[in-house]
Amino acid sequence: MTVLDMAHTTLREVNTTLQHASKGHSNEAFTIVNPRGSHAMAVGLDGPITVTIKGSTGYYCAGMNKAATVHVEGSAGPGVAENMMSGEVIVEGNASQYAGATGHGGLLNIKGNASSRCGISMKGIDIVVHGNIGHMSAFMAQKGNLVVLGDAGDALGDSLYEARIFVRGTVKSLGADCIEKEMRPEHLALLADLLSRTGADARPEDFKRYGSARKLYNFNIDHAGEY
Amino acid sequence: MCGIVGLFLKKQELRPTLGDMLTDMLITMTDRGPDSAGIAIYGEDTGRTKITVQSDTPETDFAGLDTALADAIGAEVEIRPISTHAVLSLPVEKEAEAVAVLEARGLRIMSVGASMEIFKEVGLPEDVAARFRIREMGGSHGIGHTRMATESAVTTLGAHPFSTASDQCLVHNGSLSNHNAMRRKLARKGIVTKTENDTEVGAAYISSRIAEGASLGEALEGTLKDLDGFFTFVTGTRNGFGVVRDPIACKPAVMAETDDYVAFASEYRAFVNLPGIDTARVWEPEPATVYFWER
Repeated sequence: MTVLDMAHTTLREVNTTLQHASKGHSNEAFTIVNPRGSHAMAVGLDGPITVTIKGSTGYYCAGMNKAATVHVEGSAGPGVAENMMSGEVIVEGNASQYAGATGHGGLLNIKGNASSRCGISMKGIDIVVHGNIGHMSAFMAQKGNLVVLGDAGDALGDSLYEARIFVRGTVKSLGADCIEKEMRPEHLALLADLLSRTGADARPEDFKRYGSARKLYNFNIDHAGEY
Repeated sequence: MCGIVGLFLKKQELRPTLGDMLTDMLITMTDRGPDSAGIAIYGEDTGRTKITVQSDTPETDFAGLDTALADAIGAEVEIRPISTHAVLSLPVEKEAEAVAVLEARGLRIMSVGASMEIFKEVGLPEDVAARFRIREMGGSHGIGHTRMATESAVTTLGAHPFSTASDQCLVHNGSLSNHNAMRRKLARKGIVTKTENDTEVGAAYISSRIAEGASLGEALEGTLKDLDGFFTFVTGTRNGFGVVRDPIACKPAVMAETDDYVAFASEYRAFVNLPGIDTARVWEPEPATVYFWER
Protein backbone atom coordinates (compact mmCIF):
# COMPACT_ATOMS: atom_id res chain seq x y z
CA MET A 1 0.00 0.00 0.00
CA THR A 2 1.32 3.44 -0.94
CA VAL A 3 0.79 6.43 1.35
CA LEU A 4 0.49 9.87 -0.22
CA ASP A 5 0.82 12.71 2.27
CA MET A 6 -0.78 15.92 1.06
CA ALA A 7 1.15 17.89 3.65
CA HIS A 8 4.17 17.31 1.37
CA THR A 9 2.69 16.30 -1.99
CA THR A 10 0.72 18.57 -4.31
CA LEU A 11 -2.77 17.68 -5.47
CA ARG A 12 -1.51 17.40 -9.03
CA GLU A 13 1.18 14.90 -8.05
CA VAL A 14 -1.35 12.87 -6.06
CA ASN A 15 -3.82 12.74 -8.94
CA THR A 16 -1.10 11.97 -11.50
CA THR A 17 0.13 9.06 -9.35
CA LEU A 18 -3.39 7.69 -8.91
CA GLN A 19 -4.37 8.13 -12.57
CA HIS A 20 -1.16 6.50 -13.75
CA ALA A 21 -1.66 3.51 -11.43
CA SER A 22 -5.31 3.15 -12.40
CA LYS A 23 -4.44 2.98 -16.11
CA GLY A 24 -2.00 0.17 -15.38
CA HIS A 25 -4.86 -1.87 -13.83
CA SER A 26 -2.51 -2.79 -11.06
CA ASN A 27 -5.15 -3.28 -8.33
CA GLU A 28 -2.93 -1.16 -6.12
CA ALA A 29 -4.08 0.38 -2.86
CA PHE A 30 -3.33 3.97 -1.91
CA THR A 31 -3.92 5.92 1.27
CA ILE A 32 -4.05 9.71 1.21
CA VAL A 33 -3.32 11.45 4.49
CA ASN A 34 -3.79 15.16 5.31
CA PRO A 35 -6.34 15.79 2.53
CA ARG A 36 -7.13 19.17 4.18
CA GLY A 37 -10.42 19.52 2.31
CA SER A 38 -8.67 19.76 -1.07
CA HIS A 39 -10.72 19.98 -4.24
CA ALA A 40 -10.77 17.45 -7.07
CA MET A 41 -9.05 14.64 -5.21
CA ALA A 42 -8.82 11.21 -6.85
CA VAL A 43 -10.63 12.34 -10.00
CA GLY A 44 -10.65 10.63 -13.37
CA LEU A 45 -9.47 7.25 -12.13
CA ASP A 46 -9.73 4.72 -14.93
CA GLY A 47 -9.08 1.31 -13.40
CA PRO A 48 -9.61 -0.92 -10.37
CA ILE A 49 -7.36 0.68 -7.76
CA THR A 50 -8.42 1.38 -4.17
CA VAL A 51 -7.96 4.83 -2.64
CA THR A 52 -8.60 5.58 1.03
CA ILE A 53 -8.73 9.24 2.01
CA LYS A 54 -8.05 9.85 5.70
CA GLY A 55 -10.12 12.98 6.26
CA SER A 56 -12.54 15.35 4.57
CA THR A 57 -12.45 16.46 0.95
CA GLY A 58 -13.51 19.58 -0.97
CA TYR A 59 -15.34 19.91 -4.26
CA TYR A 60 -15.64 17.10 -6.84
CA CYS A 61 -13.86 14.27 -5.06
CA ALA A 62 -13.78 11.05 -7.14
CA GLY A 63 -15.38 12.75 -10.13
CA MET A 64 -15.60 10.76 -13.37
CA ASN A 65 -14.60 7.61 -11.51
CA LYS A 66 -14.34 4.40 -13.50
CA ALA A 67 -13.78 1.00 -11.81
CA ALA A 68 -11.86 2.43 -8.84
CA THR A 69 -12.95 2.30 -5.22
CA VAL A 70 -12.59 5.59 -3.37
CA HIS A 71 -13.23 5.60 0.36
CA VAL A 72 -13.52 9.02 2.05
CA GLU A 73 -13.15 8.56 5.78
CA GLY A 74 -14.42 12.08 6.51
CA SER A 75 -17.06 14.22 4.82
CA ALA A 76 -17.13 15.21 1.16
CA GLY A 77 -17.72 18.63 -0.35
CA PRO A 78 -19.99 19.50 -3.28
CA GLY A 79 -20.16 17.19 -6.29
CA VAL A 80 -18.66 14.01 -4.84
CA ALA A 81 -18.59 11.20 -7.46
CA GLU A 82 -19.98 13.54 -10.08
CA ASN A 83 -20.40 11.81 -13.43
CA MET A 84 -19.16 8.47 -12.07
CA MET A 85 -19.15 5.70 -14.71
CA SER A 86 -18.51 2.63 -12.53
CA GLY A 87 -16.71 1.53 -9.39
CA GLU A 88 -17.61 2.54 -5.86
CA VAL A 89 -17.32 5.68 -3.78
CA ILE A 90 -17.92 5.47 -0.03
CA VAL A 91 -18.28 8.54 2.20
CA GLU A 92 -18.17 7.82 5.92
CA GLY A 93 -19.41 11.30 6.90
CA ASN A 94 -21.80 13.69 5.17
CA ALA A 95 -21.83 14.71 1.53
CA SER A 96 -22.51 18.26 0.36
CA GLN A 97 -24.76 19.29 -2.50
CA TYR A 98 -25.17 17.45 -5.83
CA ALA A 99 -23.55 14.20 -4.71
CA GLY A 100 -23.47 11.68 -7.57
CA ALA A 101 -24.77 14.24 -10.08
CA THR A 102 -25.08 12.92 -13.65
CA GLY A 103 -23.56 9.56 -12.61
CA HIS A 104 -23.82 6.89 -15.30
CA GLY A 105 -23.00 3.83 -13.20
CA GLY A 106 -21.29 2.44 -10.12
CA LEU A 107 -22.29 2.77 -6.49
CA LEU A 108 -22.14 5.84 -4.25
CA ASN A 109 -22.52 4.89 -0.58
CA ILE A 110 -22.98 7.86 1.77
CA LYS A 111 -23.03 6.85 5.44
CA GLY A 112 -24.16 10.25 6.74
CA ASN A 113 -26.50 12.82 5.21
CA ALA A 114 -26.42 14.24 1.71
CA SER A 115 -27.54 17.81 1.17
CA SER A 116 -29.50 19.37 -1.69
CA ARG A 117 -29.64 18.10 -5.27
CA CYS A 118 -28.36 14.61 -4.46
CA GLY A 119 -28.41 12.51 -7.65
CA ILE A 120 -29.44 15.42 -9.87
CA SER A 121 -29.69 14.23 -13.47
CA MET A 122 -28.40 10.77 -12.51
CA LYS A 123 -28.13 8.47 -15.52
CA GLY A 124 -27.64 4.97 -14.13
CA ILE A 125 -25.68 5.33 -10.88
CA ASP A 126 -26.92 3.70 -7.67
CA ILE A 127 -26.83 6.02 -4.66
CA VAL A 128 -27.49 4.85 -1.10
CA VAL A 129 -27.72 7.52 1.60
CA HIS A 130 -27.86 6.19 5.16
CA GLY A 131 -29.10 9.53 6.54
CA ASN A 132 -31.27 12.26 5.02
CA ILE A 133 -31.16 14.07 1.68
CA GLY A 134 -31.84 17.74 0.96
CA HIS A 135 -34.18 19.52 -1.42
CA MET A 136 -34.40 19.03 -5.20
CA SER A 137 -32.78 15.61 -5.01
CA ALA A 138 -33.01 13.40 -8.12
CA PHE A 139 -34.11 16.42 -10.18
CA MET A 140 -34.45 15.24 -13.82
CA ALA A 141 -32.99 11.86 -12.81
CA GLN A 142 -32.99 9.58 -15.82
CA LYS A 143 -31.84 6.15 -14.72
CA GLY A 144 -30.48 4.31 -11.68
CA ASN A 145 -31.60 4.04 -8.08
CA LEU A 146 -31.56 6.51 -5.21
CA VAL A 147 -32.07 4.83 -1.82
CA VAL A 148 -32.55 6.98 1.30
CA LEU A 149 -32.75 5.45 4.76
CA GLY A 150 -33.71 8.75 6.38
CA ASP A 151 -35.92 11.61 5.17
CA ALA A 152 -36.04 13.53 1.89
CA GLY A 153 -36.37 17.30 1.54
CA ASP A 154 -38.61 19.39 -0.69
CA ALA A 155 -39.35 18.69 -4.36
CA LEU A 156 -38.03 15.13 -4.46
CA GLY A 157 -37.73 13.76 -8.00
CA ASP A 158 -38.92 16.88 -9.78
CA SER A 159 -39.26 16.32 -13.54
CA LEU A 160 -38.14 12.73 -13.05
CA TYR A 161 -37.52 10.35 -15.93
CA GLU A 162 -36.93 6.64 -15.29
CA ALA A 163 -34.76 6.64 -12.16
CA ARG A 164 -36.25 4.88 -9.11
CA ILE A 165 -36.31 6.49 -5.70
CA PHE A 166 -36.74 4.57 -2.45
CA VAL A 167 -37.23 6.45 0.81
CA ARG A 168 -37.69 4.88 4.24
CA GLY A 169 -38.46 8.08 6.16
CA THR A 170 -40.66 11.02 5.32
CA VAL A 171 -40.68 13.06 2.13
CA LYS A 172 -41.18 16.76 2.74
CA SER A 173 -42.71 17.21 -0.71
CA LEU A 174 -42.65 15.57 -4.11
CA GLY A 175 -41.57 17.54 -7.16
CA ALA A 176 -43.59 17.96 -10.36
CA ASP A 177 -44.49 14.63 -11.97
CA CYS A 178 -43.03 12.50 -9.14
CA ILE A 179 -45.47 10.08 -7.51
CA GLU A 180 -45.45 7.24 -5.05
CA LYS A 181 -45.55 3.90 -6.81
CA GLU A 182 -46.31 0.32 -5.91
CA MET A 183 -43.42 -1.73 -4.50
CA ARG A 184 -43.29 -4.93 -6.52
CA PRO A 185 -41.18 -8.05 -5.75
CA GLU A 186 -38.47 -7.02 -8.23
CA HIS A 187 -38.12 -3.69 -6.41
CA LEU A 188 -37.80 -5.41 -3.05
CA ALA A 189 -35.11 -7.69 -4.49
CA LEU A 190 -33.23 -4.73 -5.98
CA LEU A 191 -33.44 -2.84 -2.72
CA ALA A 192 -32.31 -5.88 -0.67
CA ASP A 193 -29.24 -6.18 -2.88
CA LEU A 194 -28.33 -2.47 -2.60
CA LEU A 195 -28.87 -2.44 1.18
CA SER A 196 -26.70 -5.49 1.69
CA ARG A 197 -23.94 -4.17 -0.60
CA THR A 198 -23.79 -0.92 1.35
CA GLY A 199 -24.00 -2.47 4.80
CA ALA A 200 -27.28 -0.70 5.53
CA ASP A 201 -29.26 -1.91 8.49
CA ALA A 202 -32.75 -1.61 7.00
CA ARG A 203 -35.54 -3.82 5.70
CA PRO A 204 -36.71 -3.36 2.08
CA GLU A 205 -40.35 -3.60 3.22
CA ASP A 206 -40.00 -0.37 5.20
CA PHE A 207 -39.33 1.75 2.10
CA LYS A 208 -41.69 3.50 -0.28
CA ARG A 209 -40.96 3.74 -3.97
CA TYR A 210 -41.29 6.94 -5.97
CA GLY A 211 -41.09 7.36 -9.71
CA SER A 212 -42.23 9.38 -12.67
CA ALA A 213 -45.91 9.79 -13.48
CA ARG A 214 -44.62 10.30 -17.06
CA LYS A 215 -47.02 13.15 -17.66
CA LEU A 216 -44.31 15.66 -18.60
CA TYR A 217 -42.73 13.47 -21.28
CA ASN A 218 -44.82 15.02 -24.05
CA PHE A 219 -45.81 18.65 -23.97
CA ASN A 220 -49.39 19.21 -23.01
CA ILE A 221 -50.61 22.77 -22.77
CA ASP A 222 -52.55 21.91 -19.59
CA HIS A 223 -49.24 21.12 -17.88
CA ALA A 224 -47.47 24.34 -18.91
CA GLY A 225 -47.41 25.46 -15.28
CA GLU A 226 -45.54 22.32 -14.22
CA TYR A 227 -42.41 23.01 -16.27
CA MET B 1 -18.27 33.65 -5.93
CA CYS B 2 -16.98 34.96 -2.62
CA GLY B 3 -15.56 33.40 0.51
CA ILE B 4 -16.91 33.81 4.01
CA VAL B 5 -15.35 32.80 7.31
CA GLY B 6 -16.59 33.27 10.84
CA LEU B 7 -15.46 32.24 14.29
CA PHE B 8 -17.31 32.51 17.58
CA LEU B 9 -15.21 31.51 20.58
CA LYS B 10 -16.80 29.77 23.54
CA LYS B 11 -13.51 29.31 25.38
CA GLN B 12 -12.08 32.44 26.97
CA GLU B 13 -8.45 31.26 26.65
CA LEU B 14 -8.68 31.18 22.86
CA ARG B 15 -9.50 34.90 22.59
CA PRO B 16 -5.93 36.14 22.07
CA THR B 17 -5.65 33.79 19.05
CA LEU B 18 -8.86 34.87 17.30
CA GLY B 19 -7.11 37.05 14.70
CA ASP B 20 -4.53 34.39 13.98
CA MET B 21 -7.16 31.70 13.37
CA LEU B 22 -9.35 34.01 11.28
CA THR B 23 -6.37 35.06 9.15
CA ASP B 24 -5.60 31.44 8.23
CA MET B 25 -9.24 30.89 7.37
CA LEU B 26 -9.39 34.07 5.29
CA ILE B 27 -6.25 33.30 3.29
CA THR B 28 -7.53 29.80 2.51
CA MET B 29 -10.57 31.42 0.87
CA THR B 30 -8.41 33.54 -1.48
CA ASP B 31 -9.38 31.67 -4.64
CA ARG B 32 -13.06 32.31 -3.89
CA GLY B 33 -12.41 36.06 -3.66
CA PRO B 34 -9.09 37.62 -4.64
CA ASP B 35 -10.42 41.17 -5.30
CA SER B 36 -10.62 42.48 -1.78
CA ALA B 37 -10.93 41.26 1.77
CA GLY B 38 -12.22 42.45 5.08
CA ILE B 39 -12.75 41.46 8.64
CA ALA B 40 -15.01 42.52 11.49
CA ILE B 41 -13.48 41.74 14.83
CA TYR B 42 -15.27 41.99 18.16
CA GLY B 43 -12.71 42.83 20.81
CA GLU B 44 -12.86 44.07 24.37
CA ASP B 45 -15.82 46.24 25.28
CA THR B 46 -14.09 49.27 26.85
CA GLY B 47 -17.25 51.18 27.74
CA ARG B 48 -16.39 53.73 25.06
CA THR B 49 -17.41 54.01 21.42
CA LYS B 50 -14.95 52.91 18.77
CA ILE B 51 -15.17 54.52 15.34
CA THR B 52 -13.06 52.91 12.63
CA VAL B 53 -12.31 55.27 9.74
CA GLN B 54 -10.52 54.80 6.42
CA SER B 55 -8.53 57.21 4.28
CA ASP B 56 -6.64 56.85 1.01
CA THR B 57 -4.13 59.39 2.37
CA PRO B 58 -3.72 58.26 5.98
CA GLU B 59 -0.41 60.11 6.59
CA THR B 60 -2.05 63.49 6.16
CA ASP B 61 -5.59 62.64 7.30
CA PHE B 62 -4.65 60.85 10.52
CA ALA B 63 -1.95 63.30 11.67
CA GLY B 64 -3.41 65.25 14.54
CA LEU B 65 -6.86 63.75 13.96
CA ASP B 66 -7.27 62.81 17.64
CA THR B 67 -6.65 66.34 18.91
CA ALA B 68 -8.78 67.89 16.16
CA LEU B 69 -11.67 65.56 16.99
CA ALA B 70 -11.19 66.05 20.74
CA ASP B 71 -11.40 69.82 20.27
CA ALA B 72 -14.49 69.51 18.04
CA ILE B 73 -16.48 67.31 20.42
CA GLY B 74 -15.00 68.52 23.69
CA ALA B 75 -13.95 65.09 24.95
CA GLU B 76 -10.88 62.93 25.21
CA VAL B 77 -10.13 60.93 22.04
CA GLU B 78 -7.61 58.15 21.55
CA ILE B 79 -6.39 57.13 18.12
CA ARG B 80 -4.89 53.85 16.91
CA PRO B 81 -3.86 54.15 13.24
CA ILE B 82 -3.34 50.87 11.35
CA SER B 83 -2.38 51.34 7.69
CA THR B 84 -5.28 53.05 5.87
CA HIS B 85 -7.57 52.68 8.88
CA ALA B 86 -7.64 54.30 12.30
CA VAL B 87 -9.67 53.33 15.34
CA LEU B 88 -10.85 56.32 17.37
CA SER B 89 -12.06 55.78 20.90
CA LEU B 90 -14.35 58.35 22.53
CA PRO B 91 -17.19 58.67 25.06
CA VAL B 92 -20.39 56.92 24.01
CA GLU B 93 -22.54 60.04 24.22
CA LYS B 94 -20.29 61.84 21.70
CA GLU B 95 -20.77 59.20 18.98
CA ALA B 96 -23.16 61.05 16.62
CA GLU B 97 -21.24 64.30 16.95
CA ALA B 98 -17.94 62.57 16.22
CA VAL B 99 -19.28 60.72 13.16
CA ALA B 100 -20.48 64.05 11.71
CA VAL B 101 -17.08 65.66 12.29
CA LEU B 102 -15.21 62.73 10.75
CA GLU B 103 -17.47 62.60 7.69
CA ALA B 104 -17.08 66.35 7.23
CA ARG B 105 -13.32 65.79 7.12
CA GLY B 106 -13.84 63.37 4.22
CA LEU B 107 -13.05 60.20 6.14
CA ARG B 108 -14.92 56.99 5.36
CA ILE B 109 -16.64 55.42 8.34
CA MET B 110 -16.00 51.67 8.35
CA SER B 111 -17.71 50.86 11.62
CA VAL B 112 -19.05 52.24 14.86
CA GLY B 113 -19.52 50.22 18.01
CA ALA B 114 -18.57 49.35 21.55
CA SER B 115 -16.57 46.30 20.53
CA MET B 116 -16.59 45.94 16.72
CA GLU B 117 -13.81 47.15 14.42
CA ILE B 118 -13.93 46.65 10.65
CA PHE B 119 -10.83 46.57 8.44
CA LYS B 120 -11.26 46.12 4.71
CA GLU B 121 -9.32 46.96 1.58
CA VAL B 122 -8.83 46.04 -2.04
CA GLY B 123 -6.14 43.38 -2.54
CA LEU B 124 -5.36 39.76 -1.90
CA PRO B 125 -6.62 38.50 1.49
CA GLU B 126 -3.06 37.71 2.56
CA ASP B 127 -1.95 41.29 1.85
CA VAL B 128 -5.02 42.82 3.48
CA ALA B 129 -4.55 40.67 6.62
CA ALA B 130 -0.86 41.61 6.80
CA ARG B 131 -1.47 45.33 6.28
CA PHE B 132 -3.89 45.45 9.23
CA ARG B 133 -1.87 42.97 11.36
CA ILE B 134 -5.04 40.94 11.88
CA ARG B 135 -3.05 37.97 13.23
CA GLU B 136 -2.21 40.05 16.32
CA MET B 137 -5.83 40.90 17.11
CA GLY B 138 -7.74 39.18 19.88
CA GLY B 139 -11.45 39.09 20.48
CA SER B 140 -14.56 37.05 21.22
CA HIS B 141 -15.79 36.59 17.65
CA GLY B 142 -15.10 37.77 14.15
CA ILE B 143 -16.30 37.53 10.56
CA GLY B 144 -14.22 37.75 7.40
CA HIS B 145 -14.89 37.95 3.69
CA THR B 146 -12.94 37.51 0.48
CA ARG B 147 -14.63 39.19 -2.45
CA MET B 148 -15.06 38.36 -6.12
CA ALA B 149 -17.16 41.33 -7.13
CA THR B 150 -20.38 40.97 -9.10
CA GLU B 151 -22.76 43.74 -8.14
CA SER B 152 -20.57 46.80 -7.72
CA ALA B 153 -17.04 48.07 -8.30
CA VAL B 154 -13.91 46.74 -6.61
CA THR B 155 -13.35 49.52 -4.09
CA THR B 156 -12.72 49.78 -0.37
CA LEU B 157 -16.34 50.68 0.27
CA GLY B 158 -17.54 47.81 -1.93
CA ALA B 159 -15.62 45.28 0.20
CA HIS B 160 -17.31 43.38 3.01
CA PRO B 161 -18.16 43.39 5.93
CA PHE B 162 -20.81 46.09 5.70
CA SER B 163 -21.91 47.83 8.83
CA THR B 164 -25.13 49.80 8.93
CA ALA B 165 -25.62 50.05 12.68
CA SER B 166 -23.58 50.08 15.84
CA ASP B 167 -21.77 46.75 16.38
CA GLN B 168 -23.69 45.10 13.53
CA CYS B 169 -22.15 43.81 10.34
CA LEU B 170 -22.97 41.57 7.42
CA VAL B 171 -20.99 39.52 4.92
CA HIS B 172 -22.60 37.90 1.90
CA ASN B 173 -21.90 35.30 -0.75
CA GLY B 174 -24.34 35.63 -3.62
CA SER B 175 -26.20 38.45 -5.31
CA LEU B 176 -29.49 40.15 -4.50
CA SER B 177 -31.85 40.88 -7.37
CA ASN B 178 -34.26 43.26 -5.63
CA HIS B 179 -31.68 45.49 -3.96
CA ASN B 180 -32.61 48.62 -5.90
CA ALA B 181 -36.27 48.35 -4.93
CA MET B 182 -35.31 47.59 -1.33
CA ARG B 183 -32.85 50.51 -1.30
CA ARG B 184 -35.68 52.87 -2.28
CA LYS B 185 -38.00 51.32 0.29
CA LEU B 186 -35.39 51.82 3.03
CA ALA B 187 -34.67 55.37 1.83
CA ARG B 188 -38.33 56.24 2.34
CA LYS B 189 -37.87 55.20 5.97
CA GLY B 190 -34.87 57.50 6.16
CA ILE B 191 -32.22 54.78 5.95
CA VAL B 192 -29.60 55.89 3.47
CA THR B 193 -27.02 53.49 2.03
CA LYS B 194 -23.59 54.76 1.03
CA THR B 195 -22.81 52.54 -1.96
CA GLU B 196 -24.38 50.87 -5.02
CA ASN B 197 -23.65 47.51 -3.44
CA ASP B 198 -26.40 44.89 -2.95
CA THR B 199 -25.00 43.55 0.31
CA GLU B 200 -25.12 46.94 1.95
CA VAL B 201 -28.87 46.92 1.28
CA GLY B 202 -29.09 43.51 2.96
CA ALA B 203 -27.20 44.89 5.96
CA ALA B 204 -29.39 48.00 6.09
CA TYR B 205 -32.51 45.84 5.89
CA ILE B 206 -31.39 43.74 8.87
CA SER B 207 -30.38 46.84 10.87
CA SER B 208 -33.70 48.52 10.13
CA ARG B 209 -35.64 45.48 11.31
CA ILE B 210 -33.60 45.32 14.53
CA ALA B 211 -34.10 49.08 15.04
CA GLU B 212 -37.86 48.51 14.70
CA GLY B 213 -37.72 46.00 17.55
CA ALA B 214 -37.10 42.68 15.80
CA SER B 215 -34.69 40.18 17.33
CA LEU B 216 -31.66 39.10 15.30
CA GLY B 217 -33.50 35.85 14.54
CA GLU B 218 -36.61 37.68 13.33
CA ALA B 219 -34.56 40.07 11.20
CA LEU B 220 -32.75 37.15 9.55
CA GLU B 221 -36.06 35.35 9.07
CA GLY B 222 -37.28 38.50 7.30
CA THR B 223 -34.50 38.29 4.69
CA LEU B 224 -36.10 35.08 3.40
CA LYS B 225 -39.35 36.90 2.71
CA ASP B 226 -38.17 40.37 1.69
CA LEU B 227 -34.88 39.80 -0.14
CA ASP B 228 -34.80 38.11 -3.52
CA GLY B 229 -31.72 36.46 -4.98
CA PHE B 230 -28.92 34.20 -3.88
CA PHE B 231 -27.46 34.59 -0.47
CA THR B 232 -25.51 32.98 2.26
CA PHE B 233 -25.44 35.67 4.93
CA VAL B 234 -23.36 35.77 8.08
CA THR B 235 -24.20 38.63 10.38
CA GLY B 236 -22.30 39.75 13.45
CA THR B 237 -23.64 41.50 16.53
CA ARG B 238 -22.08 42.52 19.81
CA ASN B 239 -23.13 39.21 21.38
CA GLY B 240 -22.66 36.74 18.59
CA PHE B 241 -23.37 35.82 15.02
CA GLY B 242 -26.15 34.49 12.83
CA VAL B 243 -26.30 32.52 9.58
CA VAL B 244 -29.03 32.23 6.97
CA ARG B 245 -29.11 30.81 3.43
CA ASP B 246 -31.71 31.45 0.76
CA PRO B 247 -34.17 28.59 0.05
CA ILE B 248 -32.33 27.42 -3.09
CA ALA B 249 -29.01 27.37 -1.19
CA CYS B 250 -26.64 27.25 -4.18
CA LYS B 251 -24.00 29.17 -2.29
CA PRO B 252 -21.97 26.81 -0.15
CA ALA B 253 -21.80 26.90 3.62
CA VAL B 254 -20.31 24.61 6.19
CA MET B 255 -20.18 24.86 9.97
CA ALA B 256 -18.09 23.21 12.65
CA GLU B 257 -18.69 23.16 16.37
CA THR B 258 -16.60 21.96 19.31
CA ASP B 259 -16.76 22.77 23.02
CA ASP B 260 -14.38 25.65 22.29
CA TYR B 261 -15.87 27.40 19.23
CA VAL B 262 -18.44 27.60 16.44
CA ALA B 263 -16.91 28.16 13.02
CA PHE B 264 -18.44 29.06 9.69
CA ALA B 265 -16.86 28.89 6.22
CA SER B 266 -17.75 28.68 2.56
CA GLU B 267 -15.64 25.55 2.33
CA TYR B 268 -14.31 22.95 4.74
CA ARG B 269 -10.74 23.80 3.67
CA ALA B 270 -10.93 26.94 5.79
CA PHE B 271 -11.29 24.84 8.96
CA VAL B 272 -8.27 22.57 8.64
CA ASN B 273 -5.99 24.52 10.99
CA LEU B 274 -8.59 24.96 13.74
CA PRO B 275 -7.82 23.10 16.98
CA GLY B 276 -9.74 19.85 17.37
CA ILE B 277 -11.33 20.05 13.91
CA ASP B 278 -10.90 16.30 13.36
CA THR B 279 -13.37 15.56 16.13
CA ALA B 280 -15.63 18.61 15.60
CA ARG B 281 -19.27 18.29 14.61
CA VAL B 282 -19.30 19.40 10.96
CA TRP B 283 -22.54 20.09 9.11
CA GLU B 284 -24.17 22.22 6.46
CA PRO B 285 -26.69 24.83 7.56
CA GLU B 286 -30.09 23.98 6.07
CA PRO B 287 -31.62 26.26 3.44
CA ALA B 288 -34.11 28.90 4.62
CA THR B 289 -33.20 28.19 8.24
CA VAL B 290 -31.90 30.78 10.67
CA TYR B 291 -29.05 29.87 12.99
CA PHE B 292 -27.50 32.08 15.61
CA TRP B 293 -25.09 31.82 18.48
CA GLU B 294 -25.10 34.42 21.20
CA ARG B 295 -23.46 34.70 24.57
